[in-house]
Amino acid sequence: MSVAPPLLAVEGLTKSYGGIHAVRGVSFALRAGEILALIGPNGAGKSTCFDMLNGQNMPDSGHVRLLGEEITGRKPREVWRLGVGRTFQITATFATMTVRENVQVALISHGRQLFNLFGSAPKFDRDEAGRLLELVGMGGYADRPCGELAYGDLKRLELAVALANQPRLLLMDEPTAGMAPRERVELMRLTARIAREKSIGVLFTEHDMDVVFEHADRILVLNRGTLIAEGSPAEVRGNPQVQAVYLGEGLVYDSRHREGAST
Amino acid sequence: MAFYVVQFLTGLASAASLFLVASGLSIIFGVTRIVNFAHGAFYMIGAYIAFTLTERLSGAFGFWGGIVLAALAVALIGVIVEMVLLRRIYHAPELFQLLATFGLTLMVEDLVVLIWGPDDLVGRRAPGFKGAIDFFGQNIPSYDLFLIVLGPVVLGILWLLFQRTRWGVLVRAATQDRDMVAALGVNQKWLFTSVFAVGVFLAALGGALQIPRDAVHHAMDLRIIVEVFVVVVIGGLGSIVGAFVAAVLVSELNAFGILIFPKISIILVFLVMAVVLIVRPWGLFGKPEAAARKTPGLTVNPWRPLTSNERLMALAALVVAAMLPLFAGNYLLTVGSEIAIFVIFAVSLHFLMSVGGLASFGHAAYFGLGAYGIAFLAKMAGLPMIVCLLLGPLLGCMGAAVFGFFAVQLSGVYFAMLTLAFAQIVWSIAFQWVNVTGGDNGILGLWPSSWAASPSRFYWLALGVAALVTVALRAMVFSPFGYALRATRDSVLRSEAIGIDAKRIQWTAFVIAGTTAGIGGALFAYLKGSVFPDNLGISLSVDALVMVLLGGVETVSGAVIGAIVYKALNIWLVSQTDLSKLVLGGFIMLIVVVFPKGIVGMLEMLAQRRKKASPPGSPLLAKPIESAE
Repeated sequence: MSVAPPLLAVEGLTKSYGGIHAVRGVSFALRAGEILALIGPNGAGKSTCFDMLNGQNMPDSGHVRLLGEEITGRKPREVWRLGVGRTFQITATFATMTVRENVQVALISHGRQLFNLFGSAPKFDRDEAGRLLELVGMGGYADRPCGELAYGDLKRLELAVALANQPRLLLMDEPTAGMAPRERVELMRLTARIAREKSIGVLFTEHDMDVVFEHADRILVLNRGTLIAEGSPAEVRGNPQVQAVYLGEGLVYDSRHREGAST
Repeated sequence: MAFYVVQFLTGLASAASLFLVASGLSIIFGVTRIVNFAHGAFYMIGAYIAFTLTERLSGAFGFWGGIVLAALAVALIGVIVEMVLLRRIYHAPELFQLLATFGLTLMVEDLVVLIWGPDDLVGRRAPGFKGAIDFFGQNIPSYDLFLIVLGPVVLGILWLLFQRTRWGVLVRAATQDRDMVAALGVNQKWLFTSVFAVGVFLAALGGALQIPRDAVHHAMDLRIIVEVFVVVVIGGLGSIVGAFVAAVLVSELNAFGILIFPKISIILVFLVMAVVLIVRPWGLFGKPEAAARKTPGLTVNPWRPLTSNERLMALAALVVAAMLPLFAGNYLLTVGSEIAIFVIFAVSLHFLMSVGGLASFGHAAYFGLGAYGIAFLAKMAGLPMIVCLLLGPLLGCMGAAVFGFFAVQLSGVYFAMLTLAFAQIVWSIAFQWVNVTGGDNGILGLWPSSWAASPSRFYWLALGVAALVTVALRAMVFSPFGYALRATRDSVLRSEAIGIDAKRIQWTAFVIAGTTAGIGGALFAYLKGSVFPDNLGISLSVDALVMVLLGGVETVSGAVIGAIVYKALNIWLVSQTDLSKLVLGGFIMLIVVVFPKGIVGMLEMLAQRRKKASPPGSPLLAKPIESAE
């Protein structure tokens, strides 16, 4: 074990549903400031893996450590308090509140003022909320009801909310799903910039391979619950096993399909 | 020993009807996602019609034919209700569906009295099952044995229906994903209608089969619906096997509870329900799906604190209201005090329901507990009024702390059913524990001290407290806590992902709302000079819901207007007609179907339109309305 523990260390993470092994012995590490992509075909176990990192889902066995501290099985809100922000595949925001209020809620929570009954919430960390919104390019939308936003804007708002507690680690589940190609590039550039500036580690899952290969420092490839490859974009691109199960999906589609039908 | 066996068999017999009604509710919920509050009403109509038919038709065939005919007739009524009412509200928030079916229940309660009269009706014994069987010196009515066999038989028939028929397959498919079933070309309308008919048939059959055992009366709907809610919460909404097991469990608990706590046997059922909810919040046989449907079109109008102009106008309205004693007589002042008290009650529920998204169907429990708190303190401890007013609401607070803890484990319709069940439990205790609460006779002689005794002084007291409570709760909406509460309402997933303990926030809101309701109840006890079990009854809980909805559930302070309008209307209505429930029920259904945004919501919408039409800076129409707080 190295002297300084990595930001995120995952060891032997395993989860099954009934007889199905969704995730089997997944191990990897993530350094501060690094952008790591987790990819794999549908049903590979990406989301299950992801949910186990911040306590959304409980692993059968294995460990998740944040800066050496065991966080396996902690509740999502506890993991968040340790500096792990997260965005969801299907955005989760507070639809009846304005964009600024969405960020303010996170700031209130971060400031541990949740049970303050008589303070003024509209004035609470207003400037900080504005700054975060500017950072993700949502400054002009601060007073808009969140329910009115376009999907791409919701994704950016989620990023602002996830940044509110000055996280050390960002978990982004398909951050660009449902976005137009140009928006995707913008969002990922923004994320990359913030990660480098603040030295935040980013782990994201993604289906869009252009996004993955352009922005990830390293890539993990998951197939049927096991990690089959890990490395730089160039290494992963050249890996024959990855090509077989993933990149060459069109070629192996038939056989996979048949197998899926028989089980 | 024989005695216990007989007690056990009696419990099993009671379970039969309970199972029929509960399975009907479950089936309807599974497919249409509507929690049919009127299910108890259908049960009651089934009993009434069966009574009439079995009296008219003679012989063994007349009796059994009458039972089945009654259930069929009620199923037909159910079809009409489904087509006329429910089809309009399938896409409304579940709260509205509960409320609309409750409005129907109210109407039915008045209608059966109108048709069959207010007296209990004792029906015929079942031909062939008139006697009793001797069991080691104990008597078991043979009809009970018939019911014991009937329960599993119906369970088997339902199982066959759902597993072996095309209709059953469609129903099971729709229970899983009704949109997909519709996409596959199934005529959803008729599937829903037929499911509703089957569910109502079961309820009515349950009611009809009760007539040899129990007298038919016009309050049997609420009694059964509370038990049914408890059954489906324990068994798991949507599960028929769960309904059967839970019906047996609840009936046995009742049968043996009587032996252990003769006065407050319902406590046992409550304890079991609490344990089940902690271990399996979705019930013994339910599935942990939940994922409450998003209410479409929920507030797009962001909430904001009042501007200084609006505050001045609110103050002006308060000053005007405070001048009422200058020209109004004693009766009007008493009405004014009552309205002020109901404003307190309504804003307390509004805080829970609109801000927290937790629609309590038993909020009167905490209002009534506050009132009983006063009664205990003033009559038994002999404390002066000012002390009582400060301490009395604490009983509401404690009740809310205990029940709220369990209730916030659930959400949506489960939350509504559980709060209703809790309120009914508190009501039963107040009703049955005669030594302490005086039972039906209540506790009398609670008069205010001399400083608040005159109608005008009491009015000022009530108005002052109402204003304070409204301002305080409104401040809380815009406090950090208020934001956190709204956050848990909008998305628990996101709340938890940013460090918010959603259940603790909701529990706190529940306690705040319960305590505030207790303040209202405390004042109410002094206004009326007495406390009765009705002060925590279901109809009072529904009053609160209607006030909030009438004002506008999506507004910050609509409840104030809702309370004023509704209470004034209600007092006037009761003075005008004996059929107030009929009118009220119709009124509730009308609000739900054509007026879902409430008064303040409507005005805000109009103001929005005007604002868009006219240049910015024009005053909002909604302001003078909101200022009335």
